[in-house]
Amino acid sequence: MDKAGIGQLLRQLVAIDGPSGIEASVASLVVDLARDAVSETRVDALGNVIALRRGAANPPGRIMLAAHMDEVGLIVTKVEDGFLHVHEVGDLDPRALLGQEVTVYPTGPGTEAYMKGLPGYIGGRPPHLTAPKDRDKAISLADLRVDLGLPRAILERGLIQVGDRVAVRGPYTELLGGRVVSKALDNRASVAAMLGTLGYLAAMHHNWDVYAVATIQEETGLRGAITSAFDIAPDVAVAIDVTHGKTSDLNSAETMAMDKGPAIGWGPNLHPGVVAALRKAGDEHEIPYVIEPLPGDSGTDAWAIQVAREGIPTGLTSIPIRYMHSATELAVLADIDRTARLLATFIGRLDDAFLASLPEEV
Amino acid sequence: MMMTTLAEQLERLSNAFGPSGREREVRALLRDEIVELADRIEVDALGNLIAYKTGDGPEPRLRVMLAAHMDEVGFMITEVQKSGHLKFRPVGGLDPRMLLSKRLVIGDARVPGVIGAPPPHLQTAKQASRSVELDDLAIDIGATSDKEAAAKVKVGDYAVFATQFTVLSQDSSWSTVRGKAFDDRAGCAVLVGLLAERYPVDLVAVFTVQEEVGLRGAQVAAYRVEPDAAIALEGTICDDLPRPPEEDLTPVTRLGAGPALTLMDRRLVSHPGLLKLLRDTAEAEGITIQYKAPGLGGTDSGAIHLTRAGVPATTVAVPCRYIHSPASILNLNDLEDTVRLVAAALRQIGREHLARAG
Repeated sequence: MDKAGIGQLLRQLVAIDGPSGIEASVASLVVDLARDAVSETRVDALGNVIALRRGAANPPGRIMLAAHMDEVGLIVTKVEDGFLHVHEVGDLDPRALLGQEVTVYPTGPGTEAYMKGLPGYIGGRPPHLTAPKDRDKAISLADLRVDLGLPRAILERGLIQVGDRVAVRGPYTELLGGRVVSKALDNRASVAAMLGTLGYLAAMHHNWDVYAVATIQEETGLRGAITSAFDIAPDVAVAIDVTHGKTSDLNSAETMAMDKGPAIGWGPNLHPGVVAALRKAGDEHEIPYVIEPLPGDSGTDAWAIQVAREGIPTGLTSIPIRYMHSATELAVLADIDRTARLLATFIGRLDDAFLASLPEEV
Repeated sequence: MMMTTLAEQLERLSNAFGPSGREREVRALLRDEIVELADRIEVDALGNLIAYKTGDGPEPRLRVMLAAHMDEVGFMITEVQKSGHLKFRPVGGLDPRMLLSKRLVIGDARVPGVIGAPPPHLQTAKQASRSVELDDLAIDIGATSDKEAAAKVKVGDYAVFATQFTVLSQDSSWSTVRGKAFDDRAGCAVLVGLLAERYPVDLVAVFTVQEEVGLRGAQVAAYRVEPDAAIALEGTICDDLPRPPEEDLTPVTRLGAGPALTLMDRRLVSHPGLLKLLRDTAEAEGITIQYKAPGLGGTDSGAIHLTRAGVPATTVAVPCRYIHSPASILNLNDLEDTVRLVAAALRQIGREHLARAG
């Protein structure tokens, strides 16, 4: 694995749409991509992918990695005069949806012809017709319609049903300096990092069993993490997610530097012993990282995993990305690869004594 | 013309890079498309592409100018910031509210970039309820410094939306496509289609520059051509989305309702003889037409009709939803009918259509 390998993985992962609740296509791809590095994979009742890579014959512990595979999107609330009304799935800025290409996944009669989805567009009134007073108003979702350009008769036959999902279109594009832009880098960048971790581990010795979980429905309330953490009951867990990358117009206290490695989360959500071990792995193997102070809810799967069953010592690594929850999320490929290397190194160092050392750290 | 040929031609035109002032790629593409169809081709000082096709009717023949503009709305880079971000200004009329999180290509090398959007998580309710203004926006090409950015992009470079042409519906009576710059590559496609035939009149087909910044190309081309009559071919505003009942329900034009004739816009009152010619032709050919709601926009015919001592002029347009945004949607049936309508009118047009009734 390296930067180019991570890019290859990521390009495949973002090419598939998976708004929260319809992650099955992404799940199939994750199973395929994980297969060579694990001994078993399964998909649980809610749709989480759980891949197991075994450690030593008598593993001293089990670690769970969790990266959510769902993405923010839209859901159809009404079909009217050939146009679709939509509501957000996850937190999207309606102002960025005007002039946005989308893909609609129909479930009504005749769906078979449209398994790859229907291209659509969210348009508005042209500037020629916009009154000056309307230009000062922010766009709200109630103002927006999805236009499929289809004959009205097709829609009147019920091809699109209320509840059908709509994904934002935003293809993978390489920018300068090993930076890439795409929709759904939140959180396929982390799925790529998790698969990259398994790739590095395949060339290393590690004692602990590794459960790599691609979770569902993080954007709507960490749902997949809740059930998979219960099911696996790991000794230690690390969630992999994205965080806000620095830009000149955002508060620098709320954003993380780009191209400086993953952000290791620190705060009540994260176990100090796990954080210390992650940092040590980075320090001793010259893998760069930054520390992200999180005074409460991390807003990631780590928040749910930490309180599964009797409680699980949990860590968090986050890849800084710009323009989160838009069709143009931007990441540095090297940060994704550094995340994979950091996690593989951290896991390789987990030994018989690690679990026993944790209580002293709290 | 075969619908597939029309769609392929529009696809090439739509994907081409051509903001006002930088139409060279569109011009080269069009030149290739028409080189076999025209008797003679010229490019003037401003960059208009002018194709002459002599008529086969008896002399003296009318000289009819048809104009479609090659340029599209776009952007110009105005500053390379220390952070590597690029500030920009629109070229032509663009609503800043639809620029958040959109993709562009910059310069002749087509450097990809995005207009970033602040994450909703970090927006206060007050910030999120604010309309987007131009000064809020910057382009990110992945550069981390002004030096790195300057190696790829310089102040004054043009940019356009990175939208790729897509077929939406292939229904024979409702063939819709999505792409950028249908205003006015739709008109360019119509004009190429019209050049396939020889008419009784002398035809001068002008693919104009700089329409979006003030009808600049049409003005000088019309002076050079000295036409007896002129028709501008456009991709025009379509505003047929469902509306709340308290709003005016009259759309500007409707998608799929045929070519739109201009009665009057901000720059032109259409010549009544030409309007009658088009109406009568549509009726004779069985082509459904519609009228564009009066008073909106302005096209090349506005500049052409005031050339020299005046030129009878009008505009025929293909309705396009969402013009001046990253993508538009049009119905190829409308485009095909526009070619048919104008071709039939060119076979009919005579001096009687150009006389002003007293």
